[in-house]
Parts: sequence; C-alpha cells; structure tokens
Amino acid sequence: MDFGFKLSPSSAINLDNVNPDKFEELHRAEPDVYKCMACGSCTSTCPAGRYSGMSIRKVILALQRGKEKEAVAMMKNCMLCGKCSMVCPRGINTRHLILSICRIYEEERK
Amino acid sequence: MRERFLTGYNDFVLPFVCGMLFVIVYCMVGLIRIIMQLPAADRKRFFISLVTPKTAIRNIKDIFLKCLIHVDLWKRNKLLGYMHSSIAFGWFMLILVGHIEVLLYTSDLGPKALYYPIFFRYFVAETETTMKGALIFFLMDFFLLVVLSGIALAIIKRVRSRLFGMRRTTNPSFLDLIGLYSLWSIFPLRLLAESFTADISGGSFLTKSLNYVFTEFLSNHANMLPAWWAYSCALGVFFFVLPFTRYMHIPTEILLIPLRNAGIRIVNARKGFARAQVYSCPSCGLCIDACPMGVLKGNIKDTTVYLNRQIRRKNESRIEEISDKCLLCGKCTAVCPVGVEGDKLRIAQRSVRHYNFGPDYSNIDISDQINGCNKFVKNTNSFVSSTGNERVLYFAGCMTALTPAISKATCSILDKAGTDYEIMDKDGGICCGRPMLMAGRLIQAAQLVEKNTGIILGSGADTLLLSCPICYRIFKEKYTLPGIRIVHHSEYFDELISSGRLRVTKGDVRYVFHDPCELGRGCGIYEQPRNVLSAAGEVVEAEKNRKESICCGGSLGSLTLGFDKRKAMTENALNNLTAASPDRIATACPLCMSTFARYSDRPVEDIAMILDTVTERPAARSAGVRPVKGKTDN
Repeated sequence: MDFGFKLSPSSAINLDNVNPDKFEELHRAEPDVYKCMACGSCTSTCPAGRYSGMSIRKVILALQRGKEKEAVAMMKNCMLCGKCSMVCPRGINTRHLILSICRIYEEERK
Repeated sequence: MRERFLTGYNDFVLPFVCGMLFVIVYCMVGLIRIIMQLPAADRKRFFISLVTPKTAIRNIKDIFLKCLIHVDLWKRNKLLGYMHSSIAFGWFMLILVGHIEVLLYTSDLGPKALYYPIFFRYFVAETETTMKGALIFFLMDFFLLVVLSGIALAIIKRVRSRLFGMRRTTNPSFLDLIGLYSLWSIFPLRLLAESFTADISGGSFLTKSLNYVFTEFLSNHANMLPAWWAYSCALGVFFFVLPFTRYMHIPTEILLIPLRNAGIRIVNARKGFARAQVYSCPSCGLCIDACPMGVLKGNIKDTTVYLNRQIRRKNESRIEEISDKCLLCGKCTAVCPVGVEGDKLRIAQRSVRHYNFGPDYSNIDISDQINGCNKFVKNTNSFVSSTGNERVLYFAGCMTALTPAISKATCSILDKAGTDYEIMDKDGGICCGRPMLMAGRLIQAAQLVEKNTGIILGSGADTLLLSCPICYRIFKEKYTLPGIRIVHHSEYFDELISSGRLRVTKGDVRYVFHDPCELGRGCGIYEQPRNVLSAAGEVVEAEKNRKESICCGGSLGSLTLGFDKRKAMTENALNNLTAASPDRIATACPLCMSTFARYSDRPVEDIAMILDTVTERPAARSAGVRPVKGKTDN
C-alpha cells in the first residue's frame, strides 16, 4: 500500500560519536579540505561518477560526518584524472586530497 | 734506466696507494651490488649487450664522448665544456701517458706498478735527454697545463657562474667541499712537486722553466719531500672522500652508460638502475636553472640534483616532499649531461608510497562504451567498406572534455577532410591512465590501460586519434594495440595538409607555438605542430623552445603544488612565449591551453581550433562523404 511516504532509517548524525582524528590528519596533509564550498563542479566533471558515484564534494562531507565507508566506496573508481582540480573555483588540490584520503583512511575489511 | 733509490719506495706514496685501493674496492663492491640488484632479465640483457659488437662500440664511444670530452656541456656552453673536458680528459691523459712512460722505461715493476705511474719523476734519475723521451715529457707538462687551466676556470666558476651560462649552481655539501678543494689542490701540488725534481729527473716547458726561474727555492732538495707528500696526501684525501661526494659520478657514469645502452629502465625506486642514476649525478646544477618551479625561490631545493642527494642520504621525508612536488615536465632529464631521468626517478619514488586503499576498476563494464563506438565493426560485418581506407577512432580525453572547443574543431576538420571517424568518449570515457601513472599508482594505471585497450580493440578502428598529449604519451608507451596506429592530432593534421586533403588559406596572424611537455620532450614531436601552424599563419619562436620549452605550470605531474603556487610558473612560461610578441599563442594540449588562458594577455588556442578557422569546407564533397548508418547499399 502506498501512503505517499515510507519509513526509512534515520539519517541523523551524532557528531559526538564521530572520531575527528583522521579528518584532522587529513586537514594537516591537505589544508585545502576546509576550503570546499560544495559547489559540485568537481562532481559534474568526474568521469568516475557514472561508475561508483564518485563525488569529491560528497566525500568531503561524508568524511566530516564520519561516514567513512560511503566515502571509501565512492572513491573506488576515481581515476585521478585531475579534472576536478581544474574546475574547482576554490583552487583545491583535489588530487592530493584524494591521495591523502587513500593514505589516511582505511577500507572496511571484508 | 737509473733509479734514484734502490728500493724504489718512499713512505709518501702511502696516502695515495691506500686511497686508490679504497676507491677501487668500494667501486667494485658497488658495481657488483648494482648488477645483482637488476631484475634477472635485465641483468642478462646487460651482459649480452656488453658482448654485442654494436652496443659495445657505442658504449666505448659514449664513454669517451660523455665522460672524457663532455660533449653535452660543450653544446650548452663552450667555457663550461672546456672546463670539464680539460679536467677530465687532461687528467685521463696524464694517467695514460704516465703509464706508457713507466711501461716503456721500467722493467721489473712488481708492486711498484701501484704508484710509479703517478710519482715516476721522484724515483728516476734520468732526464728528457738521457731518456730520449722529450715528447713524453712535453706531453706530461702539456696535459698538466690543460688540467691547471680547467682548475683555474673551476675556481672562477665558483664565483661567477653566469660566465659559464649558469644562473644558479648547487649548494655543495660539506664533503663535496672537501672533495672540491682536494681536487683543486692536486694539480698545483703536482706541478710544484715535479718542479722540485726537474733538475734531477727532467721535465719540460713547465716544470723545467719553473725550476730555473725559482732556482733558489725549487733547487733546494730539502723542500722536495714535503711537496711530494702534499701531492700524495691531496690525492689520498680526494680518493677517500670520493665515494661520499658528488665525484662518485666519475666511476658510476662509466657503468650508467652501458646500462642505458642496454635499454634498461628503472624498476626499483632505489636499487639497480635507479641507484646507478642517483650516483651518476654530478651535482652540476644544470637542472636548477631548467626547473620551471625555480621561479619561486623556495622550490630550488626541490630540483633533481637535491633529490639525488637526499636519496643518497636516505632522507625519506625530504625524498617524499621533493618527488611529490615535481611537475614531471622532464626538462631536467632533457638538460642533464649524464642522463639522470629526474621524472622517472620521481615516479619510482611515488610508486613505493604506502596507501591503505586504492581504486579498483574491475566493476567497470566496457560493453556500453564499445557499443557506442563500434560502427566500423558493423560496417565490416556487412561487407561494406567504409568510404576512406582509414577508420579513425577519436579519443578526446578527459582534459579535452573541459575544453570542448578543441574536440569540436577537431571533428569539424575531420569532416572537412572527409575522414571516416567515430568518437570514443562521447559522454565521458575512461581516463587513459597517465595521471594515475604519474601519481605512482602503477597497478591502477595498468587496470585503466586494460579497460581502454578493450574498448579500442572492440571498436574495429585502425587509427587512434588523440587531442591530448598526456593521453598520447601513455598510449604510445604503455598500450599494446596491434594493427592500430596512434596519432596525435598535430601529426594527423600535418598529414592531412601535406596530402592535400585540407584546403588551407594562410592568414597573416603571428603565432608562437608552446611545446607541451608530454608532446615535445615526452614523445619527440616538435615539427608537425609547427608545420600545421605555418600553413595557417606566421610562426615565431619562443625564447626557449622545443626540448627546453617551459612547462605551463598546470601539469598533472605535481601532487602537492597548489593552485596558488602555480601562478608564478605560468606567468614565467608566458613571458618566455611572448618574447617575440606574437599575436596569438598556439599549443597542442588542452591542459596547457586552459592553464595559459587564465593569465594570458592574448588569445591562447589549440592548433585544432586555429586550423579549423582557416580551413575551407570543400563544397564538392560537403554531403555524402561520411557514411550514414543504414544507408549502405549491400
């Protein structure tokens, strides 16, 4: 039966439960990460977006909110082509940011 | 032959003999280690190349021309070339003639062979008249003079390097300075020591004259032994510090040249061939002036010469910093007189970096992509040959996706030329893998290569046309595409013009061509884009061009250089380009184009865009040239 709405798990994020250590380490490695204003230019140019939903904008948000698993999954198809850094209006060095994330964060063990 | 001493020995030879034995043992151990570190296949290849006459002759020729004569430095600057070849060749001849002399006149050498060729004059009591060897005496003095002139130039170079065509030079380390000063003192001390004995054991125009002129001092034999001791000590000090200084390049380059001629490449970041390259670096500092990052003073210590120094010191944090910052433009490799590949060395350092996770492209399904660009396959299946004999697959690449003007212009030119073509990445393709490779993630790059290879082979094309030199380089170097020709659009357009398939009207615009790093230094394509441009207008040259063109600063090679830090480099490259005040800047790389366009005061265009504006659409064949799907008559 369609009520026009459905129950879905809460998407509330309790930031008190998020460990910010890794994000701070990322910030030290690439200070530009706080410059992102979530305009989405990177997302629109990304060739990996159609394969793994890659969006560096979303990755930054997800990492700040402690959703590491989602972020890592999105990054699985990043080709490091550098288009995102070329279109970024804030001049963020996205390639270094991506490589730093690969270095600092860990993939969920299967 | 009469000898002055019955034993033929004096204690002063000890510093030299110990130093020399130390260097020989050190180099032998190093040689064996480097050869053992090579992968087995490379080692076999190296040994085979040593006994193949063709490469063996090339090795000897290269060692003579590069190590002794320093031809590359002569080409750069005559004074710099003379300084190096006078010291290297002069010293080599002193050693060679010294040995000939000893072999000619001495019988029963025994262990004396270790030091007689160097200190011969001290031990003999014959002169140039009694020994009938005035020529040899003359040669010894002549080459000593040659070396001394080189040393004098070297001293001048320390103060005024600009005279030698070098704006900046390397900051020597402490041990380098000790090696430098001991090297400088060897030859004046030799002159002094031989002048003391010139009245006993002969000499020629240099030593003999000195002995006559300063007869009070130089004929006093009490001063003789200290001079010979000092000479031997200078040699000893030089040899003992040699393995730990830049002078290690002298023995290592002799190994590097045969390795390179055998076609060996860097596999391990620190071992084998990479190690030979690092130790071959003479710290000359030519790469400092060449580096495009050098416009910002803070980057000077991040040039290849300092990378080599830090690798030798195993300073991991600095190695990481230096190798990540580089733009990989390859200019240091192009100017390096010994052939250290600064860019490849850096990629190798990046490849050993540890990442917790990495991309994986196994989930990407390429069948959609193949279906999007396989019209040639359909044509061949239905036995309809496509109109032209060539089936061109156009891969615009990621960077061109951001500069659609280039791909649009390219398609328009292809239409005008009547080429049968298909676009490979209509709505975003898979990256070529070069950016991944430059980041040192070789496995991931190989995966991308594999995916693209599948698409290209599935397309049924026989020519792969590329707009982007970054793609072009990896397609040339890492892809195996049997039966498919890989061309950059500048090459292809040049062919279209010369074969008359494009009708071009020449304008009067003055263009300057910027050689993109990956196209010029990376793939050696310099002429074709210039040919295309000269068909469209007048071509002027930049101040530094071709092999020495300056990177635009937008390179994907650098991992850590931020957007703000690249501005100075771009402006510097623009100043270099506009030296001859051209009307427009032309390039053949979408990345260079968009980087320059940000700061340029005049229009920046890709050669495809320029060519499209000056090409006429042929009226006769404007319709019906491209085969329209479904309308083929079978």
